[in-house]
Order: sequence, then C-alpha cells, then structure tokens
Amino acid sequence: MTIQLTNIKKAYNQGKPNEFWAIQGVSIDFEPNRVSCLKGASGSGKTTLLSMIGCLTRPTSGRILLGDRVISSLPERFLTEVRRHTFGFIFQRFNLIPGLSVLENIMLPAYPLGLPYTQLIASAKRLLKEFNLSAKADNPVEWLSGGEAQRVAICRALINDPQIVIADEPTANLDSKLSYEFMGLIDELQQSGKTILLTSHDSAVYDSVVVDRVVEMRDGIVLTDAG
Amino acid sequence: MLYFLRKQKYLIDYTLSSLLRRKGKSLGLLAVYSMIVFMLASVTLFSHALRHEAGLMLQASPEIILQRMEAGRHAMIPADYLQRIGQLRGVKQKAGRLWGYYYDPAVKANYTIMTGGQSETPLTNIIIGTGIARARGLDVGDYLTLRSQNGEAFSFQISALLDDKSELVSADLLLMSPQAFRRVFNIPEGLYTDLVLSVRNPREVIKVVEKLTQLLPDTRPILRDEVLRTYDSVFSWRQGILFVLLTGSILAFVIFAWDKASGLSAEERREIGILKAVGWETADVMRMKFWEGMIISLTAFLIGYLAAYAHVFYASASLFEPVLKGWAVLYPQFRLTPFVDGLQLATLFFFSVLPYIVATIIPIWRTSIADPDAVMR
Amino acid sequence: MMLLNPAIMALVMVSAVVCLMMLLASGFAVRVLLRWDIDSGSERQLRLERRTYLISTLLIWAFSFQLMSLLLFIYNAESMSGQFVGAMCATGVLNVNAWGWPTLFLKMGVFFSGAVWIALNYLDNQGYDYPLIRYKYLLLLAILPLVITELILQLLYFTNMDPNVITSCCGTLFSAQSEGVAAEVSGLSPSSMSLGFAFTGVMVISSGVWVALRGQNGWLFALLGSTAFIVALMSIVSFISLYIYEHPHHHCPFCILKSGHDYVGYILYVPLFIATALALSVGAVSPWRGISSLTPTIESIVPRLSWIAVMFFALFYLVATWSVWTSHLTMMEVWW
Repeated sequence: MTIQLTNIKKAYNQGKPNEFWAIQGVSIDFEPNRVSCLKGASGSGKTTLLSMIGCLTRPTSGRILLGDRVISSLPERFLTEVRRHTFGFIFQRFNLIPGLSVLENIMLPAYPLGLPYTQLIASAKRLLKEFNLSAKADNPVEWLSGGEAQRVAICRALINDPQIVIADEPTANLDSKLSYEFMGLIDELQQSGKTILLTSHDSAVYDSVVVDRVVEMRDGIVLTDAG
Repeated sequence: MLYFLRKQKYLIDYTLSSLLRRKGKSLGLLAVYSMIVFMLASVTLFSHALRHEAGLMLQASPEIILQRMEAGRHAMIPADYLQRIGQLRGVKQKAGRLWGYYYDPAVKANYTIMTGGQSETPLTNIIIGTGIARARGLDVGDYLTLRSQNGEAFSFQISALLDDKSELVSADLLLMSPQAFRRVFNIPEGLYTDLVLSVRNPREVIKVVEKLTQLLPDTRPILRDEVLRTYDSVFSWRQGILFVLLTGSILAFVIFAWDKASGLSAEERREIGILKAVGWETADVMRMKFWEGMIISLTAFLIGYLAAYAHVFYASASLFEPVLKGWAVLYPQFRLTPFVDGLQLATLFFFSVLPYIVATIIPIWRTSIADPDAVMR
Repeated sequence: MMLLNPAIMALVMVSAVVCLMMLLASGFAVRVLLRWDIDSGSERQLRLERRTYLISTLLIWAFSFQLMSLLLFIYNAESMSGQFVGAMCATGVLNVNAWGWPTLFLKMGVFFSGAVWIALNYLDNQGYDYPLIRYKYLLLLAILPLVITELILQLLYFTNMDPNVITSCCGTLFSAQSEGVAAEVSGLSPSSMSLGFAFTGVMVISSGVWVALRGQNGWLFALLGSTAFIVALMSIVSFISLYIYEHPHHHCPFCILKSGHDYVGYILYVPLFIATALALSVGAVSPWRGISSLTPTIESIVPRLSWIAVMFFALFYLVATWSVWTSHLTMMEVWW
C-alpha cells in the first residue's frame, strides 16, 4: 500500500500566542514493503509526521493518500478504523499497561474488533512463540527486561496483522546490542512483506543495512531524502 | 451482532481487571455509593413496611367509627345511641368501645388503654404490651399499680404479655376489663368512648354514613377507607421529607462521583492514551467507562439495598431508633413483614444511580477524548 | 404537598435533569451547527467533532431516562389510586386534573422522537463525512421544546393534585354514555373498530415486509406504523380490553397491566411501542440512501430494522387476537 503525502501542514495551539507549525509543507511518498527511516533532532517534526501517516491525528491542511483512500479528512472514528486494520505501532517507551499480563497486553488492540476469543488467544500465542516469549505469557509486564518489553510491544503491534509497522524512536531505551537485535527483527518483518516506517536519531538505526531509505527532517520540512 | 456482543464482553473484562488493579479507589467509591443507597433504601423500606403494617392492622378494624362531638371536640357517647341507630340496612354489627390514654410518670410515657371483651379479662387482671413490660421491668404475675382519676390506686396483676409479633402497634398497649376501665377513669355506665359499626358490603358504607349523619347529627363518622387514604399520603410525604433531608448527601455524592471520575491519576491517563494509540476509538473508551459505571452502580445498589433490607427487617431499623424515640418513649422492638415493590425500587434507582450516571457523563467524555498521539509526544 | 411523594419527586427530578441535559446538548449542537466545516483540519473542527460524542452520550442517556420516567409515571399513577376518592386505577389518577393525560401523551411523544433521533444519529455516525449532522441537530432543537413542555405540564399536574376532588375512574371515563374523547373511543362500534384493527394490522405488516424486502419507501412503513399504533390503542380501549376483563363495559387501558389479568398489558404494549418506534426509525433512515457514504449502511439496516419491527407488530397482533379468542366473553348478542 503506497502512502502519498501532498503539502502536509500541521499546527498546534492554533489562534493562540503559542501557535506553532510542527510540519510546514511536506510532500513525500513511501513505497510498500520497504524500510524507511525519518531522521532528525527532537522537534524536527518526524514524530508528528509519523502520527499523521499512522492516522493518530489529522493534518491541518494537505492531503494524505493511503493506497487509493484519502485519509487526511476522515473523522477520528474512521481514522481509528483505518488505523486498526493497517498500522501497528511500536512506541519509544514501549507503553505496556502495568498490572496486565503479557498476553493481555498483546491482545489489547484486538478487543475492539470483537473477534472470537479462541482466535485472539491463538494469534497472540503464535506471536509470542515467534518472538521467544512463550514462557512469559502469563507474567505481569513489570517483570520483563527492556529487550523483552520491546518484543512484547512488537507482538502487540502485530496482533491485528497490519501491513504497515510504525516505530517511533524504537531504540532509545535499548543498549547497542539490543538495538542491533531489534534491527534484525525489523529485517524479518520486511521479509514477511510489511512496510516499515521508523523515526530515530540513533545511528544504529539509520545507518543500519536494513534501512532502505533515510529521510532527514528539520523544523518541519524535509531536508534530504536518500533512498 | 455477535461481534458487538463479544466486544462488549472484552470491554467488561478489561474494565473489571482495571477496577481490581485500583482496589483502593474503587472500594472507596463503592463504599460511599453503597452508603447512599443504604440510607435511601432504609428510609423507603421502613416507611413502606410501616404503611403496609398499618394497612394490615386497619384491615381488621371496623368500617365505620362513630364519635360524638361536643363543641367541636370528641366527647363520650351514650350507649342508647346504639338503640337510636336501630336496624340499618347493611350494618352487620354494632358495639360501643372504651379506650383512652394513661400517663405513667414513673417512665414518663403514655400507655394506650383498651378494653378486652367482657368475659376475657377478670376485673383485677391486665394484659400489657412488651414495651411497657420492658420499661417497667415487669413480667407475667407481677403487679402494676395505676392511679385513678380521683386519686385512688388500683393494683392489677399481669396475666399475660401481648404477642411480640405485633409489637409495632402493641408495645404501649394495656388491656383491662371494661369495669376496671370505668373505675380507673371514673366513667359512668352507659357511656362509651365511641361506637363501631361493621358493614358487610363496602358499597353500602356511604349510604350508611348518610343515614347516620341524619339520625345522629351530633356525631362524626370516621371511615376506614378514609383513614387508609390519609395513612397512604402521610407515609409518603413523611418519606418525602426524609428524602429532601437526604438531598444534601445525594448532592455531596454527586460531587464526589464527579471528582472521582475527573480526577484521574497520571497513570490512568497514560493508560487511556495507550488504549487509544493502539486502536481503541473514543466510543470504545466511553463504552468501557460505561461498563465500569454499570458494574459499580449495580454492586453498590445490591450491597446498599441488601444491607438496608437486613437493617429494616432483621435489625428493627435500629439506626432510626434515636430519631423515632423522640416520638415514642416505648420504642418497639418489632419485626416488620418484608415488603418490596417495583415502584419503590425504581424510585430508589432514580435517586441513587441516575445522579451517579449524570455526574460522570462529562468527566468520562473528557477522559475519552484524549489525543491518541499523546503517548508519542 | 404531593411533591413530597418520593416517586413524584423522582419524576420531577428526572424531567428536570433530562431538560438540563437536553439544554446542554442543544447549546453544543448550536455551536456545531454554526461552525461546522468538515473539510478543515483545524483544531477547532477537531474539538467540534469530539463534542459530537458528548452530545450523543447526553442524548442517549436523556432518552433512556425519559423512557424509564414514562414507566414510572404509569406505575406511580397506579399506586396513587388509593389516595384519591373515586380512583381505582391509573385512569382515575390521571383524571385528577386537566394535565394528567397531556403529560402522558407528551412523554410518549418524547419517547418516539428520541427513538427517531437515536436512529438518525446512529446512521450519521456510519458516514465518514457526517452527512446528516445538520438535520440531526435541527431535529434535536425541535425536540427540546417538547421536553420543556413536558417538564412544565408534569409540574402543573403534580402541583394541582387535590385529594379532595372526587375523580372519575375508568368506569365512567370510558363508558359509552358519557362525553369526551375517551368516551367516544369507547363508544366506537366494536365491530367496525375490530375491522379497522384487522385492516391496519394487515397493512402495517405487509408494508413492513415490503420495505424489508425492497429496502425502500420506509416513509410508508412509518406512516402505516403510526396509524396502526393509534388504531391499536383505540382498539384496546374499545374492544380488546373488554375481552381481557371479560366484562362488557370495562374499557380501561391500564387495568390490563395488573396481576389480575396475568400482566397481559405488558405483552401488548411493549411490542407495540417497540414496533412503532422501529417503524418510525425506518422512516427516518431510509430517505438518505442517495447519500453515497450512507448507502451501504442503509441497505443493511433498513431491512434489518423492518424485519424486527414486523416481528414485534406480529407479536402484538397475535397476543391481541389470542386474548380475544381465548376470552370467555361472548359479545355476539350485544354487538351483532
């Protein structure tokens, strides 16, 4: 599924004294089944851009095409609908819910779909096995190490079998060995046909051989685009 | 449809686990909520049961009571009025009654004195209610001395205590023979407190009353149905006044619920943010919160209502004792007949669950519209 | 004095709360109507869109409360019958003054308009461009005066209750000899009334089946549904109740709710009200099939709602026929 952005702008605190434009006119396409990395300092707008692509928020102006569907003017309800079926998210701080078990955390994104429980459990267990976490299935997430927590977060991102995986600063809380392993997992995901969008200012990510394309951003515009 | 139901089940599962994870907060809310239901339900159950009891008691009383009026006040009625009534169509039975009140300075309480049938009580024996027995420390076989109108003292032996099943109405009751009553209160033969008539067919009551007022213009007939009607409205507005008094606590509860629903901890806020980010829609979060409210409301309603039920029907509404004791020194230790009806439940629901729901609508909405991209910032 | 009755307090409170919620929702709705711009991605538009969730929630609750208060209103009238001379059931209590019946009818009106609004709101939420937002909020603004009038009428009704007035109960109100609308309904010739009842029954069910199969012309179903509703209520007063009571002159529409008649009233009224509300909703939903973002939803829900409505109508007519059929009352010599 191709992603096409045309002249995207995004403002925060519109009409107030602290108004600021996080994205100031970005036009860019992303090809399917490739690993792309948005690189830039914090505040460069890469996270905002990713959250607009990932249907987490709507651009103030501009047009986003996802396949042949315009998503830039969809109301939140339908953005969520698209997001559930198309995107999987891996967040910088993993964002697992403490108190819930590993299994429950992984199944969270699937609850609103109302699938049969047996089917839910089966796909969650299959993912856990794939990521060598089967033994931890019933542990609370607080007991996990950083690397394990990250893998649980990946499992959660994959539970609804999305076509596009979005990872925001995925290695910020990992040491270099784990970062390296993470890029290996990204490679596997790409092998299995997923499109992957990353943001990072970690060279272990954007200099990795796994990454097909690096887009550098600064102050809400695209600086360089090397693919 | 199946998908919808399964989704609701997942949301309920989730909200249950999140309630359990925040035991302190949930239990605090549950306790206050149950307390409100408990207070309201106690008042309702108690006054309904009293009304019910009063209705049952009146069921056995005669259809018409005839009192003689003198200068607008109740006066003794001569026995020959019974003859003057003569044969009225539809009147099954007519009789004179003797009853009155006796103030006992020893316990600073009023006894209700009634006369049993002629043969039942020997002249020197009395039967007393358990309230009097408790207050004076008396039992069967003991003696109770009453001072008569003209200063004489009469001693009576207690031959029996009244059945404590009917204690609500009989706690302060004292039964003696008519002769003894006339001696104690100095009432000459040929006078009664009032007359009672029982009428077979309820439709004829009005006709009988019309004839009575023509025959005996100085009397006032009191109809049982009218008394029942008055009881009905008196009990419901008494309960209403208590509800008005409880409005303050309901309002406090509303504010408490609003505060609990809007004052989320940072952790809870983050949790909602994560849910939205991983694909929950605003409406999903609101539904999840709706189920949370339903679970809490249902539990609190059940706990509060059952506790009130136990309080009123098994513990004799003991928490109301200090309030009611102001009205009657001889507080009865009664056991009410359990009595529940739908209207009562619905009213309770409107006074407890509805305020909770209304109080939480806006806070829940505010929580649910959290930006899904907030967790990425 | 009467206001201190807890059930009455609850009813007045519910009406006041519903009114407040509707006012709040209407205030937001007006803001939405004035500033709505679906093409904009501005923060204001995002805020407005989020506000629609609040409006929906407020209204769904308000209408549910309204439904509960309709039930409580009838229960309460039933239970107060002991407090008025001449009242034997809800009819007598509603007759205590001029405001009783109008309040009841308004409550029913609010219930049906609420059902229509919820259907419209559901439909609008299925379209990604909020195609009906203006219509549904205009409808909301139209319902608001109904709710406010209901609050006022109900208050007048309860404050003007005088226990000393001798009221007339179902025996006199619904007797063919007296005057007024109620008497006229009871005096309607049962034979022609039962023909009308059967006719509207056949019409509404066949139109429902037709709409369900074709997925079009929902307005016809709504129209016939509301006609059938009114005819059904009149028929209950005119002849169905007679068969249930097995008494040739007892025309009361409330006494059938009592235990003495196996609560058969509930099996009559509940399906009838649900079916009518659904038929009206079908009527409100089906005209929008031309809007492309709604077409798929309408194509799936119009038949579904219609089938359910037909089912409930059928249930109502079956129960009504059954209670006439199994009754021991014979009206042969009396009517024809």
